[in-house]
Amino acid sequence: MMKFLKLKPTVGLLSIPYSLIFIFFFFIPLTLTFIISFWDYNEYSIIPDFIFENYAYIFKDCLNFEKDICVTFKTYLSTFIFCFITWFFTLIIGFFVAYFLAFYVNSITWQIVLFLLCTIPFWTSNVIRMISWIPLLGRNGLVNDFLLSTGLADAPQEWLLYSGFSIVLAFVHLYTLFMIVPIFNSMMRIDKSIIEAAYDNGANGLQILWNVIIPLCKPGIVIGSIFVITVVMGDFITIGIMGGQQIPSIGKIIYVEMSYLQLPAAAANAVILLALTLLIIWIMTKMIDIRKEL
Amino acid sequence: MLNKKNKTYYVCVFFFCLFVLFLYGPTFTIILLSFQGPDGGLTFPLNGVSTYWFEELWRGGSVVDIGSAFKRSIILGAIVMVLTVLLSVSAGLAFRKKFWGSDTLFFATVASLIVPSIVLSLGVALQFRLLDDFTKWLGSTFDINYINEFFQTTLGMFTSGLGAQLTWTLPFGLLIMFAVFNRFDKSYEEAARDLGATPWKTFKEVVFPLIAPSIIGIALFGFTLSYDELARSSQVMGAGNTLPLELKGLTTTVTTPVIYALGTVTTFVSFSVIGVSIACYIWLKRKRG
Repeated sequence: MMKFLKLKPTVGLLSIPYSLIFIFFFFIPLTLTFIISFWDYNEYSIIPDFIFENYAYIFKDCLNFEKDICVTFKTYLSTFIFCFITWFFTLIIGFFVAYFLAFYVNSITWQIVLFLLCTIPFWTSNVIRMISWIPLLGRNGLVNDFLLSTGLADAPQEWLLYSGFSIVLAFVHLYTLFMIVPIFNSMMRIDKSIIEAAYDNGANGLQILWNVIIPLCKPGIVIGSIFVITVVMGDFITIGIMGGQQIPSIGKIIYVEMSYLQLPAAAANAVILLALTLLIIWIMTKMIDIRKEL
Repeated sequence: MLNKKNKTYYVCVFFFCLFVLFLYGPTFTIILLSFQGPDGGLTFPLNGVSTYWFEELWRGGSVVDIGSAFKRSIILGAIVMVLTVLLSVSAGLAFRKKFWGSDTLFFATVASLIVPSIVLSLGVALQFRLLDDFTKWLGSTFDINYINEFFQTTLGMFTSGLGAQLTWTLPFGLLIMFAVFNRFDKSYEEAARDLGATPWKTFKEVVFPLIAPSIIGIALFGFTLSYDELARSSQVMGAGNTLPLELKGLTTTVTTPVIYALGTVTTFVSFSVIGVSIACYIWLKRKRG
């Protein structure tokens, strides 16, 4: 018994190195970002201050309804649209893949093999996976070749690459896994006897899917959705590369402001982006307890 | 039952194959195109077959110093891998019991995965910038020669870069540990303890062998996520860029298959690491019986 009492605090101490990393590279940086968003700046340096100009600048003209929609709202709107479309497709595809793996693949070995097959690309370079669409979607790419040779189009289709389409395609390509993993995890926890019971009571496949499986997968769906939505919200790389550097995003505004050393302005944008992201997550986590799902 | 091999089953198989093709197809296209002849372009048709673009890449023609970026990425990846394993396994052990601040730490772990990477990158960059200012101030106020003469910046691959990447890899490590310990049979450990083993000995002889395969998984995440990490690293690497950062720059400047050759090389590295990890995992599982 004595040993047990002595053990408890010692084991807790093992979390110290991990905690230190999060204090130094997570808590402090985010706090500083918040503080510096109220600072002033000039071409060379950032100046401690307490001003609201950085925020005011972001929402400049946003409350003037006679003019067109302001840049900030426009950018957020465009980001939300990307979020929604990407979420929709990753959910449909991710759910389907997880469903197949969980209910149609019978042997555990095959389940692991096929699951790994879906996971492996996640461990390879995102940039490479993005540029690998160029030979397919480019002006002289395979898709255009096909369209031209079959007469489906009489000129190369420009909207295939460096467009909203290619951005969503890349997002779906890169992040469907974020849906597959948590949904698959939820599905594997479903007691098979529940499904059998539904089946024995005369429910057909579709009814089982809709009334049994989907409700039980809700936590997985929520976790997957959080991942996909937040990753798209803060993106600047995929939108940059796949949009041909022509399509704006909040992440990109921050990135550009940083490269011009307008750090407090970038910080103000970051704070707003973070607040919005947290708001979305907060709404979504109202529905489940993440910790139970691991 | 659902797993009956009916029409739906085959439709599902077909769509799954389509999904796998969607996942891998594009990557294999660029691998194919990287082996073109010297006249090859960014799209099909293939203009001959050669290793010209790999030689070009090796010579460094038209591409910035890719060799050293490559080396830097591998070294950083290895360090991140080791730290991710050590820190997340030890934190995972700690999390088996509630401890002071465990809820906050868990919250930070999940939050770190979903905080937009650019925000975190900005935060770390700001922090190190202030640290630089502070160091310079120290140097001038206390007349510390070393700082005044040699100090440039605290920002760098193995300071801010390493830290920023760890905020991305550690959560994966800890979540894997959670998954492991949620399914962990405690009776083995209790038996060891009852037989008089010390906590360290219990860990070394009982717990570690049981979780070893999962540790391979954590190592795999640690290395590959660091090796390919881009968004969090974008503002914090200081003077030397990692490979993904160089690659991102090349997407707008390079118009020859040399970029595909580079893609083939990095994909090969990733696949090798994944292959070795999976082999180790299977070996460890088998060894355990």
